[in-house]
Order: sequence, then C-alpha cells, then structure tokens
Amino acid sequence: MKSRGFRKAVNNVMLTLTGIFTVITVSSLFVILGYLLFNGGKSLDWNFFTKLPLSPGEEGGGMANAIVGSAVIVGLAALIGIPVGFLAGVYLSEYESKAFASVVRYVADLLNGVPSIVIGIVAWTLVVVPMRSFSALAAAVGLAIMLIPIVTRQTEQFLREVPNSLREGALALGAHKWRMIATVVVPAGSKGVLTGMILGIARVAGETAPLLFTAFNNQFWTDSLRQPVATLPVQIYMRATSPYDDWHRQAWAAGLVLIALVLVSNIAARIVLARGVSVPRG
Amino acid sequence: MATGVQVDHRVRPLDQVGDTIARLITLVFAASIVLAAVLIVSVLWKDSAPAREKLGWGFLISSQWNPVTEQFGGLPFIYGTVVTSVLALLISVPLGLGSAIFLSELAPPRLSSALTFLIELLAAIPSVIYGLLAIFTLVPLMRVYIEPFLRSTLGFLPLFQGLAYGVGYLTAGVILAIMTLPFIISVSRESLLAVPREQREAALALGATSWETTWKVVVPYARLGIMGSIFLGLARALGETMAVTMVIGNSSAIHASLFAPGHTIAAVIANEFAEATGDVYKGVLIELGLVLFCLTIILNGLARLMILATTGKGSRRA
Repeated sequence: MKSRGFRKAVNNVMLTLTGIFTVITVSSLFVILGYLLFNGGKSLDWNFFTKLPLSPGEEGGGMANAIVGSAVIVGLAALIGIPVGFLAGVYLSEYESKAFASVVRYVADLLNGVPSIVIGIVAWTLVVVPMRSFSALAAAVGLAIMLIPIVTRQTEQFLREVPNSLREGALALGAHKWRMIATVVVPAGSKGVLTGMILGIARVAGETAPLLFTAFNNQFWTDSLRQPVATLPVQIYMRATSPYDDWHRQAWAAGLVLIALVLVSNIAARIVLARGVSVPRG
Repeated sequence: MATGVQVDHRVRPLDQVGDTIARLITLVFAASIVLAAVLIVSVLWKDSAPAREKLGWGFLISSQWNPVTEQFGGLPFIYGTVVTSVLALLISVPLGLGSAIFLSELAPPRLSSALTFLIELLAAIPSVIYGLLAIFTLVPLMRVYIEPFLRSTLGFLPLFQGLAYGVGYLTAGVILAIMTLPFIISVSRESLLAVPREQREAALALGATSWETTWKVVVPYARLGIMGSIFLGLARALGETMAVTMVIGNSSAIHASLFAPGHTIAAVIANEFAEATGDVYKGVLIELGLVLFCLTIILNGLARLMILATTGKGSRRA
C-alpha cells in the first residue's frame, strides 16, 4: 500500500487536472467566438448584405445573393423535412408497434451519423444527374435528408414527455385517438417539438459539404430553383481558401453572420426549454 | 342538468376512418426513414459500380493516385483518414474524459450543467467555421511554433521530421480533436452520472480517496458508455469534411511525417467530385464514399448499443 501522503497528492493532482481540462475545453469556445467577433466585426459592413460579389481580386462587393440563396435552400429543406420528420416522430411516440418502431428509431440514429459529404453524393445522384444541372432544389433535398432524422427523434422525445394522464383523459371523454393526438398531445408538447425543429434547422443551415456539388456556386442572382445558387457556407469555404485578402475579410464577415444565426437559435431554444415543457410532468 | 351544455351524440363519419388514416399516414412517414437509408445504400452501390467493375476492391490498397492516367489508388486517403482520426482521439479522449469526470464528480450541479451547455455549443458550430478559424489561426501557429518545437524535441522519430508546412495531418488532427470533444464529454458525463451513488459511497467508506473512487470504481462501472462516446467521436472524426479539407493540404500521397500535407476520404470527395470526369473517376470517389459510409455506420451502431447498455438511453425511447 502506498503511503497516505502519496495517495493524497495523487488525488489532488488528478482532480486539479480534470478541472484544468474542463477550463481548456470551455475556453476554446470563447477563443473561437472571440476571434470570429473580432475579425468578423471589423469586416462586416452594409455592402455585405446588399451587394453582389465582385470578380476575384476586386475590392468590395457583398454576399447578398448567398444570404438569399442559403435562406431559400434551408427554407425548402424545412418544407420537405419538417412534415416528414414530425409525422414519423408522432408515429414513434403514439403508434408504437414494438419491433418496427425500434428499427425506425435505430435507423434514424444511424442516418444522423452519416457523413454529410455522403449525403451530398446521394443528392447529386437523385437530383443533379436527372436534372442535368446543379440546383437549389438538389441542395434542399440533401439538407432535408439530414433534417428528417433529427426532427423525428426530437418530436418523439418531446411528445413522450406529455403525461399519459392527458391522453387517458382525452380518451375517456370519448375522443378518437387521432383527435386526442391532434388536439391534446401535440399542443401539449408543441413547445419542445418546435424547439427541436429550430435546433434541427440551425444544424443543417451550417452544413457545407452537401452543398458543394448540389447548389454549387453562382456569382449572380438567380430566380430559379433549377439553377446553381450561391450559399453562405460555400462562400466561406471558397473565400477562406482563396489567395485574396479582401476575400478573407469577407469570409470572416460571413462566418460571423452564420455563427450568429446558429448560436442565437441554439441559445434561444435552450432558454425556452429550460422553462420546461408547457405541461408539468405527471 | 339544465346547464345548457349540449352533448353531441352524433358519430362523425370522419372519426371512424380518421384513426385508420392517421395511423397509416404516420406509418408511411416512419417507413420513409428506413426507405431513405435503403436509398442511400443503393445509390452508393449503384453509382460505384463502374469503379468496382474496373478496379475491384483492390484499389483500396494501392497508393498511386493520378486521375489523368486513370491510376486510382485509395490508400493515401484511407491512411489520412485513419491518421487524422487517431491523432484527434489521442488529444480528445484524455481531455474529454478528464472534463467529463470534473463535470460529473466534482462540479456542483448548476455549474456542471452550465459548463455542459457551453461545451455542447461547440458541437453546434458549423464545420466550415472551424475550418475558417483553423486556416487563419491554427495553421500559422503550427507552422511557426508548435511544429518546430516538436521537431526539436521529438525529431528523432520519423513522425516529427521534415518541413513544417502548417497544413497537414497534425493540424487536421488538432482541429478534429476540438470538434469531437463535445460528443465525448456529453455522453461520457451522462454515463458517469448514471453510476449508482452506492458505488461511490462504498469505495469512500473503505477509505479510498476521491480520485481512487472515481478512477477505480466509477469509471470502470461506466466504461461501456465511455467507449460508446469514443466510438461516436471517432465516427464524427472519420466523416468530418469541411474543416479537414481546409487544413489537410490536399496531397494525394502518403507521408511518414505528421507535418506533411495529406488527404482524407471526405476531403478528396469534397475537392474532386464536382470536376471528376468519366464514370470510373466519379465511381472511385463514390466507392470511397461507400467505404466511409460503412465505417461510420458500424461505429455508430456499436456506439449506440454501448450507450444504451450504460445509460438506458441511446436509441431506445429518447
């Protein structure tokens, strides 16, 4: 047996070390945010939001088309992904038939872990090849495939938190099951479900890899979903890896805008959730 | 009763079929998730057919990559993927496990959940932002300070020799470490928190110090969940695309030095897919994608089962 003093020393050293490790990890978040705020803040100007990009090497210009492009693609992805994910989540939570439901659940979790670049290949095959053009639509399909499993699992989770007494109450009053789900269960869990959807959208909004060969890129405005389109994440990638200083500046500005969107939705979602689901747990 | 409340006794026809319809609709959408997975596999399988027919699986162990002369060897990418992911885990496992121990065993609950929230925010930061930061901060830092330092101290190993480029395996490993940390920490912490109190009390009552209790009792009890968290982190690291693509240096050859530029599976797809011409070239990239897909699915599948066994969460009812 080692001496008491030695064991105490090991105890103190190791416990301090775990604290230091935690500080290192948490501070990396603040270093990241600080850098973005500093570099992005000094690069961001009004032109960024209103002007089109200029040709490589020219000073100035903005990313108005990329901002709109991202919004359109993410909006379209939500339009496809949210209803599918939500209804699948309702099935898992309310109509569980054991074996099949656990298969769906497991597959949804696995889909969640599929590398985003692979999803890009799939969207390319399914949409870009038949349509013979890079397009906003292809990018939206890719992002929707990523969004569905997230929304499904979140919907299921928050609907399960609705106490069973509410379900029984509704059934006892003579409601049919679908009416009970539509008028009691879903409204009761709506806060959590909505939060889950927002988190899911925030997650796919920052994805870049699935856009590289679906949305591709575009210097100009486009009014068609069937054409290549500029997006914020791809612009960050292109500009950060370019040799031009002015493009680096714009990459920082775009990075700040993107992170602001993602973090604000994350923090807002947590705050809403921290107040609990809208019914007390039973 | 004369309260004036009218009870509607008519059976609405909608209600009778409503249940069947609602069940069917939700079932169809739930099934569509399984279909989506099948679709992904079949797309990857079908699109890689030209490459599989021409090159077979043997190309995975060939290291010559020259699309112009139609030489397709996948080994440099597999090597790069494995090396960067292992480097990432070498950094993030001790750091993550240490932080998880602090958060579950030492920190007061309120502080613990606040810090966990901040750490989980790290997971919400898009990959391309990590890449952006890495290019302008980590790469110069590695080139000017860290790599020369490693060369002067550990330079007798072939791993730490050669020019300090800044971009390369080591830089990609470091950025991947930061990106995998939140997954390792949050799942490990939950596994540690799921260890019954009695286990700790018994060890302490026998005279163990806090550290001995944690390291010899609590951590072994939660080992499956911790392993699961590491697998989850590994799967993330293998499939991570943008941040790696931006700092790996894009060199399709195998280098012994960790300072040298390399390539990973995800990075080569991101870089070359859009301009790949010909069915074989595209097919090879898709076949590499298929390899990556299978690897991450296996790791994720194992991780979910392990986490399920420890915390009772995982894929069962969320």
